[in-house]
Amino acid sequence: MATAHIMASGMCGIRTAGDLVAWMQLTRQMKIDAAKQYVAEKLKIDVADLCNEDVMQNVRKKFNIGNICAAADGVKGITAKSRIADLLDISINSVNLFKAKLNAPLN
Amino acid sequence: MSDQILIRMGDGERISMSPDEVREDLLAGTQDAAEMGEIPPLTSDECEHLYEIFADPNRIVSVSPGEEVITTDDGASGIMVVDQPDGGTALPMGYFNAVLAFERICCADTAGMGHYDYSCKPIKSIINYEKQRYYMYSQATTIPLIYGTQPNLGLYFQPDGPFPNAAELIPQGKIEEARRAQEMAAEALTEDLVFCAKELYDVGCDGFNFDTSGSAGDADFCATLKAVAELKKIAPDMALEVGMASEFVLGLHGEIEYNGKRLAGMFPHEQVKIAEEAGADIFGPAINVSATESTPWNLARAVTFVKETVAVANIPVHPNVGMGVCGVPMTEVPPIDSVTRSSKALVQIGKADGL
Repeated sequence: MATAHIMASGMCGIRTAGDLVAWMQLTRQMKIDAAKQYVAEKLKIDVADLCNEDVMQNVRKKFNIGNICAAADGVKGITAKSRIADLLDISINSVNLFKAKLNAPLN
Repeated sequence: MSDQILIRMGDGERISMSPDEVREDLLAGTQDAAEMGEIPPLTSDECEHLYEIFADPNRIVSVSPGEEVITTDDGASGIMVVDQPDGGTALPMGYFNAVLAFERICCADTAGMGHYDYSCKPIKSIINYEKQRYYMYSQATTIPLIYGTQPNLGLYFQPDGPFPNAAELIPQGKIEEARRAQEMAAEALTEDLVFCAKELYDVGCDGFNFDTSGSAGDADFCATLKAVAELKKIAPDMALEVGMASEFVLGLHGEIEYNGKRLAGMFPHEQVKIAEEAGADIFGPAINVSATESTPWNLARAVTFVKETVAVANIPVHPNVGMGVCGVPMTEVPPIDSVTRSSKALVQIGKADGL
């Protein structure tokens, strides 16, 4: 049933820009139109193309933020989230924790 | 004959109705919501729009390009691994793989995860395992990962919990004793919710979903709001989603207030404002479904409540669209024609920010 809703009304996650718009709702409480506008400006594309797979797959490759078709050396997971946080200029808790551990002094 | 429209009853049964009958049910549904919630009914144009959604001969309907919204869920990926009582398919795979499949095969915008039991109380004793799971999943997922749990105050009453059972005290006329029991239980629930969420925050949790809040009435909802307020202070980088159990906060206590506002009797457009005050980032209204009414009646009613809730909200509103809420029939396998009609109507007419 969840999949039916995703297909009928969802942005479709990493297939397009769904995860990026979702991050704006989670981190900035943005309503849907504001969140889409913000992401489109950061990606420098039209709002109408946020759910256009033909455009978004190239955009995701350009920024290297994870694609639905996984390249062996393509970023995914926490690496992709780290780049998304920088791209969208947002604070993501899991990324902050990851970076804190990664950059912690060795001694 | 050919102008008959195939629709569903609230229990999923497929029947046919004439266009006039569908329009009558749409009108009755929106008027029922308007009267109960003291909110505006849908306009005639909106009712006609909703009629067109039902009259669409296609089995599956959808929003138009550009109208797509964000999906959040209550651990929906788990249906791949759980069994029948949770609507699950019991695939021989782990929850971790289910979450990744939800991200990369189902293409969800966010992924929910949680413990199989899903209630907060049993999670507390195994929180270290849940932290391990969340941390591991979070390293692998690109989409936001939201940990969900059900406050479920009912588990804090005897014989499941330590406090006298309010549901037994009320019929005995022991109203004050029942109220005290609910207040004590709610305090314990708030502590447990804050404990579990903060522990998860410490391992990088990006979102926490208080799912089916208010299932045990106003004390249950109050415990959730207090937990949200506390977590906003101690876990500021974690999004908090409050999803409701029903359209109406039951007054099992009757006098409990949050920020000076009585919680009993609140409808979704009032619930969202109090959730905002507490610090919620996303609100999920749940509009009840009547199994003996048609889906046009039920969905018109749901859209009326959701439209008003979205109109007054300053935070994103994601209506709950699982089995038996917001126009989705109350049946084990909700028909896809009804599911997608709810989806489309709540977005196009209700103006939901997500589902």
